[in-house]
Amino acid sequence: MGKKIVLETRDLTKKYDGTTVVDRLNLHVAENEVFGLLGPNGAGKTTTILMLLGLTEPASGSARVFGFDSTREPLKVKRLTGYLPERLGFYENLTARQNLRFIAWLNNMSDEEAEGQIEQVLEAVGLTEKADIAVRKFSRGMKQRLGIADVLVKKPRLAILDEPTAGLDPEGINQILDLIAGLTKMDTTVVMCSHRLYEVQRICHSIAILAKGKLVVEGALDDLGREALAGGRYRIEVETAEVSPQLVEIIGKIKGVNNVEAEGNFLHITTDSDLRAAISKAVVNSGVALIQMKVHEFSLDDIYKRYFQEEGELKQ
Amino acid sequence: MITIIRKELADYFTSIRCFILFILVLLASAVALYAAQQGIRDASIGSGFIFMGLFTTGGDIPSLVTFIGIFVPVIGIALGFDAINREYSSGTMSRILSQPIFRDSVINGKFLAGMITLAIMIFAAMLIVSGYGLRMIGVAPGAEEIIRLFLYFVSIVVFGAFWIGLAILFSVLFRSLAISLLCPLAIWILLGNPVFNPYVSFIVPAIADSIGTYLMLLRISPYWLFAEATTALLDPLFRGLGILTVSDTTGMLLRPLSLEQSLLLVWPQLTTLIGLAVICFAVSYVVFMRQEIRAT
Repeated sequence: MGKKIVLETRDLTKKYDGTTVVDRLNLHVAENEVFGLLGPNGAGKTTTILMLLGLTEPASGSARVFGFDSTREPLKVKRLTGYLPERLGFYENLTARQNLRFIAWLNNMSDEEAEGQIEQVLEAVGLTEKADIAVRKFSRGMKQRLGIADVLVKKPRLAILDEPTAGLDPEGINQILDLIAGLTKMDTTVVMCSHRLYEVQRICHSIAILAKGKLVVEGALDDLGREALAGGRYRIEVETAEVSPQLVEIIGKIKGVNNVEAEGNFLHITTDSDLRAAISKAVVNSGVALIQMKVHEFSLDDIYKRYFQEEGELKQ
Repeated sequence: MITIIRKELADYFTSIRCFILFILVLLASAVALYAAQQGIRDASIGSGFIFMGLFTTGGDIPSLVTFIGIFVPVIGIALGFDAINREYSSGTMSRILSQPIFRDSVINGKFLAGMITLAIMIFAAMLIVSGYGLRMIGVAPGAEEIIRLFLYFVSIVVFGAFWIGLAILFSVLFRSLAISLLCPLAIWILLGNPVFNPYVSFIVPAIADSIGTYLMLLRISPYWLFAEATTALLDPLFRGLGILTVSDTTGMLLRPLSLEQSLLLVWPQLTTLIGLAVICFAVSYVVFMRQEIRAT
């Protein structure tokens, strides 16, 4: 890795009326990555975000964004950070452009700078044609796009997006996800919350899973899958014309193979490293036709379920 | 903060609410002018301050001063009752607070924008009455009259500030728009309205056991304070706000008080009004600053 950490929390804790909502959270977000914050409803994601922005004071612990303490120097943090709230609202009587202009003004942008920037972000989210329509006539999806524009208009170094694709149609989701993924190339780090795991899997580099205010797991997406589901191992699936006990034995003897299971014409092989070449050779040498072979990829779905199963088992 | 004031003002001036209030104020000025036209000839304006008679003279129809006493609280409440809680309910508050601004500039900006709007409305009404009145009676105001009228204007703004502050206080305390509108209205009906005022006509006479406590209790009512200040400012013949005994009045010359003397008379009233406005605003400021943005 070796990347610069731009957002860091240390034992961040928040209590509401005696209940701990966020419990000793330690997060690390590297520069220019897309970081996914996952967890069921009420896991403390939004509260964590509010503390990152200095909108809510933590009970203990601290959060630092670009080296600034969120509680003590919220203005410096907010100057660099754009936030898309989960329940976002606009001034309904104003047009999209006026709403954005107000935000640009609040960020001390000059008029020319603001107009240029507004034009650019409206273009980016595909609202150029609707720019001068009052927001009250906007559909849910259009408001969501305007919300993204609203975050981008201040040219943030860090964008915190709470459910950025809520209420969008599939095409809209794709556009917004592409836009978010493209942000990292423009020197913007993204932290996003989402319930839709495939979205997170598509664009996030790292994730953290929260449950009841506690960090369940944090790390790069690729590593997490193997860690979670196969104890750090690879799972290789081989389909052959027929499966013989001899074949199972031969493959079991390859160095690095931990376990071989036969199921119909399929072989499920667990290995320490990517041994596809050695396995295919063994299969072909044994005189059996090799139909297909693939390394099992872990979907975030599996990871998520796995962690929450554990969570459930612990409870019982 | 300038940005917030700018936006709030733009909102106010394009809103239907303000349009209606403006029309109310204009109608009131027109009616008051008519009243003055009817009454000013017969009015016993012994003081020689004829121009001010335009504002204070009424007959069967109330004068502009009476109208202003009724409308200013209503305008104040209408401008402030949803200042903060509407931002919460429409979801714009978290978006604004995540911008690099100080939190207090939101509430300061809204309060100031409300006061500016109110001041513009009242100033317009007074100018209209002055202008048409000048044509009507053909008597130009003297320097002292202008100063007195200006001071009257200042006291209106302070009085209005109290009601805006009160309305904003409830908009900070309650999330529901209906409650934050009803609470200041209830206070207005109880303490602040000149037409039927249960506080002045029933409660105070029932409690008070002496003239002193009677006046002291009356002066809790912001309307009463404002009315006393207005009377002393606009009627130079007016002598005292307390109770004058026969021995006080014997030998008293019926000559107008000088500006300084009138000012001296209303100074406590004005200060109390300012104090009330400051308290209202300060409480809402503190509550607002301590309010947490919570994940819902």
